[in-house]
Amino acid sequence: MTEVALPRRQPFALRFPSVMVFLAILALFTVGVTILSEGFGIGVISTSFVKTLGKTLCLCLVALAMDLVWGYCGILSLGHMAFFGLGGYAIGMWLMYARTEIIVLESLAAAPLPPTPQEVSDGIATQIFGVVGASEFPPIWAFAHSLPLQLAAVVIVPGLLALVFGWLAFRSRVTGVYLSILTQAMTLALSLHLFQNDSGLRGNNGLSGLQNLPGLSEVPQSIVSMWFFWGSALALALGYILCAWVVSGKFGSVIRAIRDDEARVRFLGYPVETFKLVIFTLTAVIAGIAGALYYPQAGIINPAEIAPIASIYLAVWVAIGGRGRLYGAVIGAAFVSLLSTWFTGGQAPDINLGFYTISWVDWWTVLLGLSFVGVTLFAPKGIGGLVDILIDQKSPNRHGADLGPDQGALREQEADK
Amino acid sequence: MLRFAALISVCLMLAAPSSAQQADAPIQQLIQSQSDLILKSSRRSIGPAIDALANSGLPEAQVVLDKWQTREMWVNEETGLFVYAEEIDRDTLRIFDFADGSEIGVVSDDGFDQIKPNSGIRGLIGTALVQFQLSDPNPETRQRALDAIERGAEESHLAALRASLASETDETILARKKRLERLLTIAYGATNQERIEAIQSFGGDLGVDVRAALNPLLAVRVEAAETLPEADDIGRVLEPGSEVLSRDEAYELLVRADLAKPRISLEDQRNALIENISDGQVAGIQVAMLDSQSARDMAYAALADQGTVTPVATEAEVDERLANHVFYERYIGAPPEVVVAAQLALKSIENKVALNQTFDLSLDALSLASIYFLAAIGLAITFGVMGVINMAHGEFIMMGAYTGYVVQLFIPDYTLSILVAIPLAFAVTFGAGVAMERLVIRWLYHRPLETLLATFGISIALQQIAKNIFGTQARPLTAPGWLDGSLVINDIVSISYIRIAIFVLALLFLALFLFVMNRTRLGLEVRAVTQNPRMAASMGINPDKINMLTFGFGSGIAGIAGVAIGLYAKVTSEMGSDYIVQSFMTVVVGGVGNIWGTLLGATMVGFLQKGIEWFNPSNTLAAQTYMILFIILFIQFRPKGIIALKGRAAEA
Repeated sequence: MTEVALPRRQPFALRFPSVMVFLAILALFTVGVTILSEGFGIGVISTSFVKTLGKTLCLCLVALAMDLVWGYCGILSLGHMAFFGLGGYAIGMWLMYARTEIIVLESLAAAPLPPTPQEVSDGIATQIFGVVGASEFPPIWAFAHSLPLQLAAVVIVPGLLALVFGWLAFRSRVTGVYLSILTQAMTLALSLHLFQNDSGLRGNNGLSGLQNLPGLSEVPQSIVSMWFFWGSALALALGYILCAWVVSGKFGSVIRAIRDDEARVRFLGYPVETFKLVIFTLTAVIAGIAGALYYPQAGIINPAEIAPIASIYLAVWVAIGGRGRLYGAVIGAAFVSLLSTWFTGGQAPDINLGFYTISWVDWWTVLLGLSFVGVTLFAPKGIGGLVDILIDQKSPNRHGADLGPDQGALREQEADK
Repeated sequence: MLRFAALISVCLMLAAPSSAQQADAPIQQLIQSQSDLILKSSRRSIGPAIDALANSGLPEAQVVLDKWQTREMWVNEETGLFVYAEEIDRDTLRIFDFADGSEIGVVSDDGFDQIKPNSGIRGLIGTALVQFQLSDPNPETRQRALDAIERGAEESHLAALRASLASETDETILARKKRLERLLTIAYGATNQERIEAIQSFGGDLGVDVRAALNPLLAVRVEAAETLPEADDIGRVLEPGSEVLSRDEAYELLVRADLAKPRISLEDQRNALIENISDGQVAGIQVAMLDSQSARDMAYAALADQGTVTPVATEAEVDERLANHVFYERYIGAPPEVVVAAQLALKSIENKVALNQTFDLSLDALSLASIYFLAAIGLAITFGVMGVINMAHGEFIMMGAYTGYVVQLFIPDYTLSILVAIPLAFAVTFGAGVAMERLVIRWLYHRPLETLLATFGISIALQQIAKNIFGTQARPLTAPGWLDGSLVINDIVSISYIRIAIFVLALLFLALFLFVMNRTRLGLEVRAVTQNPRMAASMGINPDKINMLTFGFGSGIAGIAGVAIGLYAKVTSEMGSDYIVQSFMTVVVGGVGNIWGTLLGATMVGFLQKGIEWFNPSNTLAAQTYMILFIILFIQFRPKGIIALKGRAAEA
């Protein structure tokens, strides 16, 4: 027996230059925004725009998760914005609790007697749940006083939901559109549940005032917004590296194979359900973390954010950016959400046709919907396809055949090598 | 000249009213005897006056009460005689004598005061009038009198009602009177025997009035004692801390009955402590130490020992007191025998009510199922038969509904407009469906996920376009008059005609679907193309054309469903998205590719939702949540739906 000398593997960075390029661009962008910001720089970019950019980074992160589960594993999940929202709720509960606690303690400090723990808790509960006509803490707020526990909830709650749901769904071999509809139903059920006043999360009022960090009320929002911006950028960078690492090795090859031809992978002996479950849960956790960073910047979260339509928009971003490539998801989310902000914010100039004025606030959704149809039909690679033209990458000629028989399989035009 | 003479004669008449009034008529004398009370016009003291009139036996008394109630009774300031009058204009009256109803003359109102009874007095008069009205020759008056008794029954009504039974000629009024007489007997019957018989006569009667008459008999008062007294008017024994009687309520009961020391609320305790702060101490305890409940209890107890505050019960004392007493209900509504009879009667009524409520709930569920079926049947064609995921299906429903709305703008007659709207809605959505199939869907036949997303793009675009055209507020789609109201079977079971119409429409659609798919050439070709497009093409069928027509057909049916749903709910740009997930659920649960499956799926979803709502009636959102969860679980165990296709068709 002689030792077979395996070829030495190249370092990660060299094998995936796109990761390095992406990280470099992200770092440049972060430094640039910092220099231009009000909090730490010359003040060209307003605080609210810094928040918009920070939120966009979080959306890029959740789009990354969506790309991993849909673009790489072929599961068109219409539930990832629900995981995103759950992450937001988890952190929102602590933010709201801690801030209200400070307010209540201040108001009780003036009283002649020092407050008992019960009085403090009642005061907080009345402050938070007054709007839904309750004055007691529901059981799900049991850990709201503790930041570490709620931070754990950011990861655990979406992860656990995804684990249970995914286990049920994959085990009974629900695939393709059925799975999409099922995830959509899950999202709908969750948002309907949260819309109820007795869900314990303030019904359709949602959680508000999340932009104020407890105990840091003297720090101006221009500084806080930059902290969150950096946090979001860091999370996106780490998320990108994690996703790139996941899809790079043997594991990545298996999930891509599941996407294109699940039955064949199963017959090769791989536990397909476990692979899918790992990807589904991992992406749900990433979505939860993204949500936990997003909502403190948005300031408010309510059940409408979890409505099924939000998850479909997420798929739209990934598709427009180009699915099956990580930077595509980031480009799609950033491009569409920033454009959306621009159009719906009333900044886009209206078009006067003489007989009718197209106001973009009203017509942007129509344009988005139709351009989405256009992308699906004519440019399956999305914006990411432009990169292929740039680096002169040719698509294979498969005579019109998809990469595999499964519904999630890449189309001929989408394949890159 | 002539006019002048007329003017003079009028002046003369006003100056000297004819004095033909009969001052000594019995009715006038009766009024005079009560005139102090009448003129005082106070609700508290007026009773005897009204009674005197009502019980006088004089036939004119009814007129007096009637005119009094309608503020048409006036009193002559000079003579003190009462008359009734019509106001001719602001200053002139035409007055009549109570004695024989004869006109006395037209006079200026200067010498007369109007008697203005307040609403309380008018109510008392109304009650007194009932006995006259019950025997009034005009049947409508009698009906109104019965209405009045139903609204507010009194003990005196019972005798009046019984007296009027003999002379009643109208069959329906007689039946009503008899029923009312039995109801009043339940409440006011002289002997227990009489009341029990009346109660028993209502066994199993579903009327709300019967339950309203029986329930007060079962009124209870919660009492506490050291031992349970032996008496037959004792009802249930209550456990403190149960749902019926909380611990706080139970203890409060003891305190009120002087069986226990009062407790103090945390709020009061805090205030008492604050009042007794001296030198930063309360009863020798530092204020800063009082940050827990036990410390505060101790401080308060110390204060109580000093005698500065009243002693209160501690938790242990409360527990002990509650344990030493027994809490029970005592029937205070009626004597025990009557209570037993009422309980039995209510029990039998409740059983019947429950049965009828189940039936009513089933009707509700059935109509909800019809709506889901209507919303889903178009999908059963496009998704079920063709396998195309059309997320814009809901928007086709919306387009149909808006078509109906626009038609109603042009055709004001509701019946005609609905008749026009149905084919027009079909035409509009058929066209939209064909256009969509040609432009988008046919390029994506083997890519269901891409179809899902592309049709979703169309869906949001269509929704926004509808919003831009029609605005965000809900638009009405009015049903024709003959669909208003509801079919009332009894006090519990009723169903609105519009729901029946939707049910019928759902059945029609089912028949249409079955006919088209099984009995027409188009249906044959559709089945051929969906099972094996290449084979069908070799047989000379044009699959492109068939796909286009099938998709158009499914979309057109969605349009008609939109008109029906618009009649039942409001038309908004978002109405489609309200139904889309449920519609897909219906099709998936039922089993894709089988119309009977869709029917079963809709029935299941409808009954399930109504069933869950029944457990928690106030919360439709919760019902929907649980229903979706149930469906998700259901699909885990029957992934292919209730009716799963087998064999080759399943793979197509």
